[in-house]
Amino acid sequence: MRWRKILVPLAVATALGAVVARAEEDKSAQSIEQYREALKDGNPAELYESSGEELWKKPAGPKNVSLEKCDLGLGAGVVKGAYAQLPRYFKDTDKVQDAESRVLTCMSTLQGVDVAKYVNASFGTPEKDDLNAIATYISGQSKGVPVKVSLALPKEQQMYDLGKRMFYYQGGSHDFSCATCHGEEGRRIRLQDLPALATKKGAGSAWTSWPAYRVSAGQMWGMQWRINDCFRQQRFPEPVYASDVTIALSMFMAANANGALMDTPGIKR
Amino acid sequence: MKKIASIVSALAFAAIAAGVQANAADGSSWGPGADDANFKAMLKSGFRAKGIATLDRLDQDATQAFCSDPDRANSKESAAQKAKIEADNMAAIKWPSDGKWLGDWKEGEKLAQSGRGLTSTDKAGDVNGGNCYNCHQLSPKEISYGTIGPSLTNYARIKGVDEEAMRYVWGHIYDSKAYNACSNMPRAGYKGILTEKQIKDLMALLLDPNSPVNQ
Repeated sequence: MRWRKILVPLAVATALGAVVARAEEDKSAQSIEQYREALKDGNPAELYESSGEELWKKPAGPKNVSLEKCDLGLGAGVVKGAYAQLPRYFKDTDKVQDAESRVLTCMSTLQGVDVAKYVNASFGTPEKDDLNAIATYISGQSKGVPVKVSLALPKEQQMYDLGKRMFYYQGGSHDFSCATCHGEEGRRIRLQDLPALATKKGAGSAWTSWPAYRVSAGQMWGMQWRINDCFRQQRFPEPVYASDVTIALSMFMAANANGALMDTPGIKR
Repeated sequence: MKKIASIVSALAFAAIAAGVQANAADGSSWGPGADDANFKAMLKSGFRAKGIATLDRLDQDATQAFCSDPDRANSKESAAQKAKIEADNMAAIKWPSDGKWLGDWKEGEKLAQSGRGLTSTDKAGDVNGGNCYNCHQLSPKEISYGTIGPSLTNYARIKGVDEEAMRYVWGHIYDSKAYNACSNMPRAGYKGILTEKQIKDLMALLLDPNSPVNQ
C-alpha cells in the first residue's frame, strides 16, 4: 500500500530529473522545486519515520526495554516538540546533546546497549540506519513547531561559541571551512543552492529540513550524516559520530534558526 | 591631573576596544584566543583519520589561521598582517618551468568539470580535479555551474592574452591567496592539488582563443 504511494512520485521524480538535465538554467531551479513538490505527496522518509517509531517503542537491548522513557529534554517519554529544542544541556550527562547523541545515551542507560558499535559504524550500515530512523521519528514529532534552542546556560553558550569557531575554521588541502560554501547568501555549488548558515534565514531553512530523504542517493540522512559528508567534501578527516564537533555545529545552526518552523522529515534532490 | 586623566581615558578606551574584539556581533566570545583549550580538545576528540584524510589536515598554516576569524582578518588593524600573508604566498608561487603558459584546453575542460580528489573517500595517487565549475561559470555550454566565484566566461576576450594576463591567471590558480589572503579559492599549485601540466591545461581553457570559454 505504502509502496505505491512512494513509487509513483519516485517515477515522476526520475522523469523530472531527466528534464532538469536538458533544461535552461533559469528553468532548472523551477523544475527542482516541482520535483520536490511531487515528492512531498509521498516522501519516502515516512517509511523511516514509522520504522523509527517501531524501534522507539520495541523492547530491545540486554535490559529488554523500549526507549519510551527516554528524556529528550522535555521530561521522560515526551517526544512531541522535543527535537525543536535540541541541542540542549542535560544534567545527567553534564553535556550539551543533539537528538542523535541523546538517543545513544538512552540506548546505553535504559537498554544497556554498548553504543560504541553504533558510534563507529559507517553510514549506510544497519546500526546507523536504525539511528537515522529514530532521529527521523523524533524530528517528525516536531513538525510545524518553532525552533526554540536555549543559550541560557553557560555550557549551552559555550557550545554555540565553539560551533561558531568550528564554522569558520579553515584547514586541509583546500583551505576550506564551513563558511567557504555557507558564509554568504545566494551562492551555489553547481546548481545546488547553499544556505548561509550564520544567518537566521539560511540556518532557518537548513536546520528545519533535516533529517531528510535524499532522492539521488535513496537514503535517509540525519544531521550527523549531513555534517559528516560536508567535512568529507571539505577534505577534512572524519568527524566522530555524535562528538562535540558535530554538536557544536548543530548548536550554532539551531540557535541561529530560532523561531523557524521545523519541517521534518525533509526531502532533498 | 590632566595627564592622569588622559591616561585613564586611554586605558578605558583600550579596555573597550579589547572587549569589542573579544565579543562578536552576537555578543559571544568565540574566536581564536577565546576558550582555546576547549576548542583544541574538541578538535582532538572530534575527528579521526579516514583514508588519505589524516588528522594533520586540522593543523593550520599561517594563512588558514588568519582567515579563520573573518571579522578580525577584514579589520583595519590586520591590514599589515594581511599584506604579509599575501606577500608570503606570492613568494611561494612557482612559475612555469619551461616558460610556456598554455597547455591543452580540452584537457583543461575535463579538469574543470572534475571535482574529485583528496577527500577521505578518494585514493592516494588518484588524479585530482580542478573543481572549477563547482564555483565558476566557464564554457557557456555548461549550464551547471556554481556562483561562489565570479563568472570566467569570455575571460580572454575581456582581459586579453598578454604576458601580464598570463602571469595573473597562473598566479591565481597556483596560489590565489597571494592576491587576496582570504580568497575562497583553494591554492591549487601551492598545496599540490594540481600539477604544473594540469595548471597549463586550465590556463588554456581560460586563455586559448579556441577554448569554448572564449567562443
